[in-house]
Amino acid sequence: MKLRELAHSRTGDKGNTSNISVIAYDLVNFPLLARQVTAERVKAFFADIVQGEVVRYELPNLGALNFVMYQALGGGVTRTLALDIHGKALSSALMELEIDPNS
Amino acid sequence: MKKIRLGSGAGYSGDRIEPAVELAEKGNIQYLCFECLAERTIAIAQQAKMKDPDAGYDPLLVARMEAVLTLCHQKGIKIITNMGAANPLAGAKKIKEIAQKLNIKGLKIAAVTGDDVLVAIRSQELIIEETGADLSTIKDKLVSANAYLGAGPIVEALKGGADIVITGRVADPALFIAPLLHEFGWSPDDWNLMGQATVVGHLLECAGQITGGYFADPGFKDVPGVGHLGFPIAEVGADGSVVITKVDDAGGMVTLSTCKEQLLYEIHNPATYYTPDVIANFTGVSMTEIAKDQILVTGGTGAARTGLLKVSLGYVDSYIGEGQISYAGPGAVNRGYLALDIIKERLELTGVKTQEIRYDLMGVNSLHGEKLSNGHEPYEVRVRVAGRTETMPEAIRIGNEVETLYTNGPAGGGGAWKSAREVVAMVSVLIPASLVHPIVHYEVI
Repeated sequence: MKLRELAHSRTGDKGNTSNISVIAYDLVNFPLLARQVTAERVKAFFADIVQGEVVRYELPNLGALNFVMYQALGGGVTRTLALDIHGKALSSALMELEIDPNS
Repeated sequence: MKKIRLGSGAGYSGDRIEPAVELAEKGNIQYLCFECLAERTIAIAQQAKMKDPDAGYDPLLVARMEAVLTLCHQKGIKIITNMGAANPLAGAKKIKEIAQKLNIKGLKIAAVTGDDVLVAIRSQELIIEETGADLSTIKDKLVSANAYLGAGPIVEALKGGADIVITGRVADPALFIAPLLHEFGWSPDDWNLMGQATVVGHLLECAGQITGGYFADPGFKDVPGVGHLGFPIAEVGADGSVVITKVDDAGGMVTLSTCKEQLLYEIHNPATYYTPDVIANFTGVSMTEIAKDQILVTGGTGAARTGLLKVSLGYVDSYIGEGQISYAGPGAVNRGYLALDIIKERLELTGVKTQEIRYDLMGVNSLHGEKLSNGHEPYEVRVRVAGRTETMPEAIRIGNEVETLYTNGPAGGGGAWKSAREVVAMVSVLIPASLVHPIVHYEVI
């Protein structure tokens, strides 16, 4: 199944760093997300876009993961040549990530 | 138990006007706060001020104040905003003018200055946070340097009896923390309360982004009434606990999901969110739905502030030239790629030097590149070429080359568009808070 069915997401930007939250609709699914949506997978997913490392933070209280992606915004909102200068559409792209519900 | 209700009247400089009027009318609020100052906005405002000493405040200041001033004055609602941008003093004078025109009497307006540290940092040896380079490498190109002030000077203005406080660069949450400190008499060194107050400010500072704005995804996340979205209200108790809500009949919704998305918006490590007032910790935050459109948020904590202030520096970095043109119907993608090849050859042939350039086909690969794009054949595509140059004439050449595809390029190109602009880029340095001296000025009518 797609990540979109289990979680929702919003992208934020600060300088050349992007963060993407991944929030379980149902807290029951948080352990599954925590197992499957790893920093490594997110880094591989955005291989064409994110030049730096990807760090994951966990907020089990809220059923949320927060991915911080460095060197991800073509120099940042003030000087990037990208059409989406903030990288706002990155969260929608990540919703395509494949999740194996039986893992 | 005493409760304070804060309304968030704008989430960015260009935000909608009427939700703030709705809050003033029906929100039963004591404070209306407007966060209108993005990172780069202040550098652009600084350039405007250099051309005209009475300019440099937010372009929508007049429209927003004309919309809410009479109502707020009648109801005793205090206004706090960073719409002063590069020129809070001129902004305060402008508000006074508007109030006089509206026949408002008995109004105290405070302007907070001191965030402009362009002169002070010139003598300092500082390292740029983003690049690790020495500040001296961009000293000649600086157009602005503004320190993020904390809640302190806004609290001072409120204690001084201000009905309206207008600032330049302050940390966004400080606009909301200040009225809480003032009303509840909290110590600015009570780190857990300051951490929870930061949660309140962070949740409110983007206005509609917590009431169902920037959230809707039909079939997955449906939001009622997004066309007349209401802006949020925070009802805060003396212990810092907060209920996020909205005006009953306003559009949008406040749910656990909208609150969680906003809590993590633009956050890196949630255990250490650095502000001038506190190092806030969001990891203990919990949220409970207590009624429809009412989310109780508790558990924000904090640690002692660092004593360092972030300074945002604007500098003239380069120029960006851009051109776009559309192709449609059968073969649109191939004609789009041909157009991109032509522009590549033309820029080389005519000697336009770029530091960086990208060739996009909107509808195919412009947002996330080839790997994430699926390879479907769209009905229409839009060619987009954007390049960074050292000079303005070269930037102009890029858009011109795209435009000449009309008569020289592939068949059927339409809707050409071009632009060339100066790039004021932003970086930051950290300086000791002792170098920054905020001052509160008053205008009274």
